[in-house]
Formats: sequence, C-alpha cells, structure tokens
Amino acid sequence: MTGDREDPLPGPSIPVLDLGGLLFVSIQGELPDDAAVQLQEDVTAAITRTGSRGLIIDISSLDMVDSFLARVLAEVAASSRLLAARTVLVGMRPAVAITLVELGLTLPGMATARTVTDAAATFGVTISDTVREERNAT
Amino acid sequence: MTDGPSDPARAGTEAVAGLLRRRGEQVAQRWADLPLFQAVFTVTRDEAVEACHAVVDSLASVAESGRLEDLEAPGFQPIRQQLAAMTSSRARSGLSMSQVDREVGALRDAALDLLEAETDELGVEDTCEARIHLVTLFATLRVAVIETMLQENQEIILRQRQQLLEMATPVIKLWDRLVAVPLIGMLDSARSQIVMENLLEAIVEHKATIAILDITGVPTVDSLVAQHLMKTVASARLMGAECVISGIRPAIAQTIVQLGLDLSTVTTRATLADALQWALGRDDGRGQQAVRGQS
Amino acid sequence: MSQTSAEPMRVPIRKDTDLTAVRQQVRALAQRVGFGLVQQTKLVTAASELARNTLLHGGGGAAHISVVHGERGRGVSVSFVDSGPGIPDVDLALSDGYSTAGGLGMGLSGSRRLVHEFDIGSGPGGGTRVTITSWTDSLPGGIR
Repeated sequence: MTGDREDPLPGPSIPVLDLGGLLFVSIQGELPDDAAVQLQEDVTAAITRTGSRGLIIDISSLDMVDSFLARVLAEVAASSRLLAARTVLVGMRPAVAITLVELGLTLPGMATARTVTDAAATFGVTISDTVREERNAT
Repeated sequence: MTDGPSDPARAGTEAVAGLLRRRGEQVAQRWADLPLFQAVFTVTRDEAVEACHAVVDSLASVAESGRLEDLEAPGFQPIRQQLAAMTSSRARSGLSMSQVDREVGALRDAALDLLEAETDELGVEDTCEARIHLVTLFATLRVAVIETMLQENQEIILRQRQQLLEMATPVIKLWDRLVAVPLIGMLDSARSQIVMENLLEAIVEHKATIAILDITGVPTVDSLVAQHLMKTVASARLMGAECVISGIRPAIAQTIVQLGLDLSTVTTRATLADALQWALGRDDGRGQQAVRGQS
Repeated sequence: MSQTSAEPMRVPIRKDTDLTAVRQQVRALAQRVGFGLVQQTKLVTAASELARNTLLHGGGGAAHISVVHGERGRGVSVSFVDSGPGIPDVDLALSDGYSTAGGLGMGLSGSRRLVHEFDIGSGPGGGTRVTITSWTDSLPGGIR
C-alpha cells in the first residue's frame, strides 16, 4: 500500500542556497529523520559544486533539537570541514540551548553566531542593514 | 424540634447556643472594645459591633449544630473568612502569631463572664456544663484562627518567593549588543534557572554577542552554583553569544580551585569593569587600542 | 479538578515520521497543562530521544501520553513501550556516553536529566517500558 513517502507536509529536502561563495541552509519546522540525513549529502555536494568556504545553518525556527539532530549538525560541520568549508550555526533559541546543555550536548567544535549577519561577517561578508533601511526610506 | 433534651452534652451545647443568642448584643458590645476588633475596625465602633455580631451568630449556630470540635462545621465557614481578614491585618501590623492567639483567647473570657452572670438563672450544674462547652467552642475557634493564619502565611511566602525570583535578576543592556546580569544574594537552583532563562532571553532580544554574568554580590559559590554558571555559559555559546563571568572575589576564586571545579572553558574577569573593558575591546579595534593604552 | 484525558493517548511508533507525531502530541499536552517554554522543550526533547530508542532498539512500539495530577500540581507523563530485546544492563545504559545505535550516547542518560521523574523497567527478552513525568511545579529546586 502506501510507503513511507506519503507524508505530504514536510518538504522532501531542505534547500541549500548559494549566496555567492557562502552556502545558506535554513531548517524550518519539524524535521523528519530522513530529511536530516539528506541534508548532509546535499551540503557536501553543494560545497564540492560551488567551492564555498562557508556554510551558515539557520535553526532559529526549530523549537527542539534532540541528540539525533545534534549529531546530524555536528556531522555536517565535520564533513564540510574536510572540504575546507567552515560551518556556523545561527539563531538557536534559548529553550533549545538550555535543553541541549542539560542533555550534555554542548557541540564544542561548532562555531555559532546570533544572527545570519554576524555569521556572514565571520567570513568577511557584509550583509548590510542599510540595504533594508534604504528600502524603507523610499 | 425534640421535646426536652435528655442527653446532658446536648443540653450543654444548647445552653451555650441559648446564651450566645440571648446575650449576643452584650457579647458583641464587649468584644468591640477588645484590641482584636478595635484595632481592625478603626473608623466607627458600630462597624466593630456589627462584625462581632456576625461572629457571635456564627458561633451560636455552631453550638446549635452540636459540632463544637469540628472545624468543618458549617458555622465556622463565615467565621474563618471574617477572622482571616482580621488576623492577617493584625499580623501585618507586626503582631506575632501567639499575640494574635491571645487576642482571640480574650474573646472567650468576655463570653465566660456573661455566663457567670447567668448562674442564678441556670443553676450551678448547668452553668458548669455550659462552661465546659463554651471553652471547647473557643478552643476550636482558636485552632481555626491559627490554621487560617498559617494558610495566609504560606500564601505570602509563596507570593514573595515568586516576587523575589522575578525582581532579583534584572538584565541590563550595557552597550550595543552587550548585556549584563548583576547577581546579588544566594543562588539556589530555582533562581539559577530563572537567571539563566532571563539572560538567554535578553541575548535574543538585544541580539547580544556578549553577556556579562557578574557575581560580585554572590556570597558563596558551591559546586552546584558553579555548574549552573557553566551551563549558562554553554547555552549562551550555543546561541552564538559569548558569556563572561565577572566579580570573582579572591575567596571565591580559592573556593572554586579547592572544589576542583574546572572553569577553564569560561572567560572570567575579576571585576565588572574588567569584563566591560574586555567586551568593548573585543567588539571593535578602536576600543581595544584605547583599553591597551590605558593599562 | 478537570478530567483531562483520563485514559492515555496512544501514539504508535513504527517509522521515522511517527516521531514527529509523538513530539507534537507531547508538546500539545505540555502547553495545555501550562508548562513554560523551557520545560516544554525539555519534555519534548526527552520524548523524542526515548521514542527514537523505542524505534531503533525496541523494534517499534508505542508512546502513551497522559495528563496526571499529583502533589506537585499537574503533569504530563509519557510511557514508551516496546516488546524488543530489552536492556540487559540498565545501569550501564543509563551512563553518559553509552551508545549502541551510533548516536551521541546521551539518549537515555540525558533524557533522565530533562524530566522530574524517570522510570525504566526492562528485562532481557521482556521488552522495555520507560516512563517520564514532568510537573508544573518546577519552582522549588528547579528541574533536576
């Protein structure tokens, strides 16, 4: 009858965006396990294809990170590092951070930043707020 | 309802009820002059008399029900409400529980005096019987009052603990994207939890890249507190902010070392000023030069 | 007081996507009972860890989620039941870093720290039943 591919709501995979030299991934909402694993493949493929030296993973919309997802994120970072790309994790929510620390998962090797702008700045890329201001001014 | 009470105990409680009903006005007048009522109803004496009447009536109905020792007797409910308000007001004006208890005890003496005065009409035996029941009734009343006060105190303690938890952990924005929490007083588990959550929320709100946790006002740091501090630092780091602990007094530094706690992964500074310098120096090159030039 | 879900809600755990259902149901009950955000997240995360254990080690099973009442106010209780091989050494399995499924080894031991009560019953061949409970009253002592 119906296989595992019946779930209509979660997207089949997470898009890996190429922002001119930086890769950007935004993880939204509930993440099925297979999508998390798929992410690892997609990211490494994108790094090889684009030659990016940086990867920004935005998890600001996640309301939970368990040890499985933490491991996926750590492995994404580790495999990216092998391809000479540095990973920065962005926007973790307080409740998620407290829970991860209580779980004993402090992700020691993972670089973190508060905002995407901050993360981009660590790669020497400026995402200026003035763009938004100019737009608002007109 | 029944004709002639045969049970002596029943007769005694009815004598008490009768006394309170008959002499209700006199009892109320006497009570109104006692400190318990006088101190609470300060505006007019009539008010006090009225309140006394309510209590006398309720006691009379307890006596009529015959359940003199039963705190759950229906008559005690209105008394509890009335007395809860009064005793808590007395307690708030600084009286100890035993002082309030004595004031409540004084109510009994006024009622007993009036019973003595009726000895001639009731006969010595019935008066004695009634006296025993009256004493029992007021003993139960005292228990009810104490219980009410304890409940009241419990609520006050809970409320104050909540207030303390909320008040005692302000998060201050010190600079653009720089927040600080000055901690004062003992840190227990519950407070540490709230400090941690407040600080992390503030990091989100102010997009802070650096957070200073100042423990100058914390008298002692044990391993549990240290653990909480380290968890806060680790959580902040996961969120992309760096957390500095400042205000580590020499004695605390020694304790931390003696306890064998490893804070090597945590940035620490002796004073809040040092932490601020460090934070600003880190944030932009000019700040750093200025700081270096100073020291 | 209110008689919310006297009988537990049963969520089957047979495949990856069922974990999402467990998390969502636990989150919904935790919200309804009045847990703060941190406590919700801790409970949901613990439930996610244990549901994955049920799937990977127990060969599938079910989560029974219910609202409970006790001295510490209202709470949410989740039982994970499987009829798999069981856990031969519970003490060992509960120690940090112990892993059989290639995880980070924090599943069982870590999730115990996220809830107020943690109860595990297992014998080799007898399946596993893990029950976790958190209470609304997290003030005194915090969550240990």
